[in-house]
Amino acid sequence: MRWDEYLKKERLPSFWCAGCGYGQVMRSLAMALEKTRAALENTVIVSGIGCWGHVDSWMKPNAFHGIHGRALAFATGIKLASPALNVIVVMGDGDGVTIGGNHFIHACRRNVGLTAVVCNNLNYGMTGGQYSGTTPEDSITSTSRYGHIEQSFDICRLAEAAGAHFIARSISENVVATADCIAEGMKRENFAVIEVMSPCTTHYGRNNNMRKPIEMYRRIKSLAVPVGTAAKLSSEQMEGKFVTGILLDRPGEDYFTRYQNNIKVKAQTAAKEEGT
Amino acid sequence: MNVIEINENRCKGCGLCVGFCPKDVLEMRLPRAPQVIREDLCIGCKQCELKCPDFAITVEVKSHA
Ligand SMILES: Cc1ncc(C[n+]2csc(CCOP(=O)(O)OP(=O)(O)O)c2C)c(N)n1
Ligand code: SF4
Ligand code: SF4
Repeated sequence: MRWDEYLKKERLPSFWCAGCGYGQVMRSLAMALEKTRAALENTVIVSGIGCWGHVDSWMKPNAFHGIHGRALAFATGIKLASPALNVIVVMGDGDGVTIGGNHFIHACRRNVGLTAVVCNNLNYGMTGGQYSGTTPEDSITSTSRYGHIEQSFDICRLAEAAGAHFIARSISENVVATADCIAEGMKRENFAVIEVMSPCTTHYGRNNNMRKPIEMYRRIKSLAVPVGTAAKLSSEQMEGKFVTGILLDRPGEDYFTRYQNNIKVKAQTAAKEEGT
Repeated sequence: MNVIEINENRCKGCGLCVGFCPKDVLEMRLPRAPQVIREDLCIGCKQCELKCPDFAITVEVKSHA
């Protein structure tokens, strides 16, 4: 199937604001489905709530539209019940690492083979631009009018500390790179996290002096450093910037494999006991 | 010349295509949709097509005559 055949074209345009980066990420997701030759009947997109969570409205694979912050819990159940499915979990930064932060760290640790596409737009888009767990310090949001005073999460570092095996980051405008990251994540048996920096032009952009959508794209691009380049820079040079590319890809047994081995051992022990 | 098509039913007028085009082929003109003003300058890089969040632009690259 060609990438655009994964979209419900007759339902476009989406409800996303003019200039929102999510349409680019939707293209990347569709391209990743083409790259991995994902069959519609074998693919399910699981979402929580938020502007990004609505991506399932314009995509053809099966969808499970859950509740805010809990997408990973539903997805874990789906994958364990039907391990052959491609389970793609779409979450915003609010959904994924703020209200849903506890599910996120435990999903990283548990290593069920899901592909989590976390779109980080630095705030709660859908509800009007309140700060989230990833809002950078000093940012203006609708709940930090004089500048945000909290530290922010780095989603990829959080995932690494929590034990994830595959971690990648991209920016929404690099649609091909994002598609590659998602496709690589889908090919792994391990839990995969792909963070995509995507502009919320309506709230974060306008609140922070980026009046035209293109200005927020330029800002994000100026902060993105490919992983190869970042390795040559000092921590001072990397101050305020973020690394893009595949950041971690380590081998490991996923939950399902371990579970099956566990059952096998149990069966063998039981057989032995019967024999004696 | 390359053929640039803009689907006005999908376009929301965000202006990203104008911003991403390296050759100033497109321009925002009232009421809101971008318009192709210098088709002859188009190098067929497809940045506008790939980066349009609303799937509203397609560029058909013709071989150089
Ligand atoms: C349990 C619960 N709490 C709060 C809300 C309200 N709510 C809906 S979307 C949202 C935040 C969305 O932000 P994010 O996940 O970053 O996605 P975005 O809209 O930015 O894509 C909130 C707080 C809700 N729907 N359910
Ligand atoms: S509110 Fe922000 S995240 Fe939501 S559709 Fe608009 S620009 Fe995108
Ligand atoms: S294909 Fe490239 S040069 Fe041509 S209009 Fe699009 S962005 Fe501009």
